[in-house]
Amino acid sequence: MKTTLTVNGTTHEVEADTRTSLLDALRNHLDLTGSKKGCDHGQCGACTVIVNGRRINSCLTLACMHDGDEITTIEGIGTAEQLSEMQANFVKHDGYQCGYCTPGQICSATAMLDEAKAGWPSNVSGDLTGTIDLTDDEIAERMSGNICRCAAYPNIVDAIRETAEGRK
Amino acid sequence: MRPFDYIRAEAQSDATRAGAEGATIIAGGTNLLDLMKLEVMAPDKVVDITRLDLGEIGEARDGGLRIGALVTNSDLAADMRVRKNYPALSSALLAGASGQLRNKATTGGNLLQRTRCYYFYDTDQPCNKRAPGSGCGAIGGASRLHAILGVSENCIASHPSDMAVAMRMLGASVEIESEDGETRVVDLAEFYVLPGEDPSVETVLKPGDLITHVILPAPRAGRQTYRKVRDRASYAFAMVSVAGRVSVQDGRITEAALAFGGIGSQPWRDGHVEEMLVGEEPSTALFAKAADALLADAVTQDGNAFKVPLTKRTLIATLKDLTAEIAQ
Repeated sequence: MKTTLTVNGTTHEVEADTRTSLLDALRNHLDLTGSKKGCDHGQCGACTVIVNGRRINSCLTLACMHDGDEITTIEGIGTAEQLSEMQANFVKHDGYQCGYCTPGQICSATAMLDEAKAGWPSNVSGDLTGTIDLTDDEIAERMSGNICRCAAYPNIVDAIRETAEGRK
Repeated sequence: MRPFDYIRAEAQSDATRAGAEGATIIAGGTNLLDLMKLEVMAPDKVVDITRLDLGEIGEARDGGLRIGALVTNSDLAADMRVRKNYPALSSALLAGASGQLRNKATTGGNLLQRTRCYYFYDTDQPCNKRAPGSGCGAIGGASRLHAILGVSENCIASHPSDMAVAMRMLGASVEIESEDGETRVVDLAEFYVLPGEDPSVETVLKPGDLITHVILPAPRAGRQTYRKVRDRASYAFAMVSVAGRVSVQDGRITEAALAFGGIGSQPWRDGHVEEMLVGEEPSTALFAKAADALLADAVTQDGNAFKVPLTKRTLIATLKDLTAEIAQ
């Protein structure tokens, strides 16, 4: 089945079996291996990409359902020469150990800041209609879909907090 | 995953026709694809409804809301009308899954998500819901996640949704289009069926039926909340949850609506419990009596008997919150 995907600004035609997840299309058909396969069941968040502005688990969606969609992967967030602010803060705060979850963490955190900016409350927001203050509890709750098996969580929270503060 | 044909519905009739011919409907896919990977579900044909025009939240005629089946859990939780008038629903949605899943999961799909019973997920195990007649591994097995109300000797699976619990408390109904183009509205109270003899049948939906909307009645007076108890602080299914709305006037409860998650084979509501509260002065003794009535018919296993005292304490705490005086 042929699907048109715009990934990091470049349009691709992908010919793949209907069973192909968006993650497998990115990794195996487009050679964008930054998005990682951790659990392949939506539990770990290593495969997180941004589709039409929203972060999703690319392992739990079919590539063929995304015909015409705009996808941003870690390769589109920044490069080794030109890190995004979020990436630079992960480096600064040592927000990883093995690094396997990091592309998903960074895609997730990048899109999460937009959700907070749009005023979306979370499960730990005291007031559903109040302004969002990205406390450490808020960051942890909003990032609970990204597991770090090395447990670099305190440093991940530091990196995200600094990025959020830089955007104020 | 088993091979399947993929159909993209351009109109609602494409979806209902494909459904009548045996296709499985996919929207967010966050539960279905998980189950297809494990071959717990193995449809020959999948019909993608995500291009249908069912992604809006509109006003219902009586002052309530009419929520398109494709509205994502994120958008529904963030909608200012929901946050202000149906805060228990926003809270329930935000207590469920993760940010990534809520961005994909839809309103219709959330209602139809399958149980997280370990035996349902493991095709090497007996499960009357997955393979009718094969038995129930959870009865006498690992049952921590399982239901204590509305169970049968064939199945003790719990319904996993948080959203549906709040909707049940709010008196929501489901708008369904069938293959012949007719639309019917089913109260959420009548939408789910008890496991009984055949736990593989979970709702009143027939092949060719398409959930198009969920309708919330006009907002009612009183304070609302959603309280969820789980094994970790985020991204976990409920052991017990309570969606509640209580109105108090002149020191007496005038209205009460309560629904429960994690303990029922479906989002659980018991009108008798609510009736016990109305007209009474709020007190811990009253709340404990209501909890005892709710749990009188509980059927427990070794692995989930803890849910009886846990539900009682959770209900008492929820009702205390809902009836406490707050400084204005």
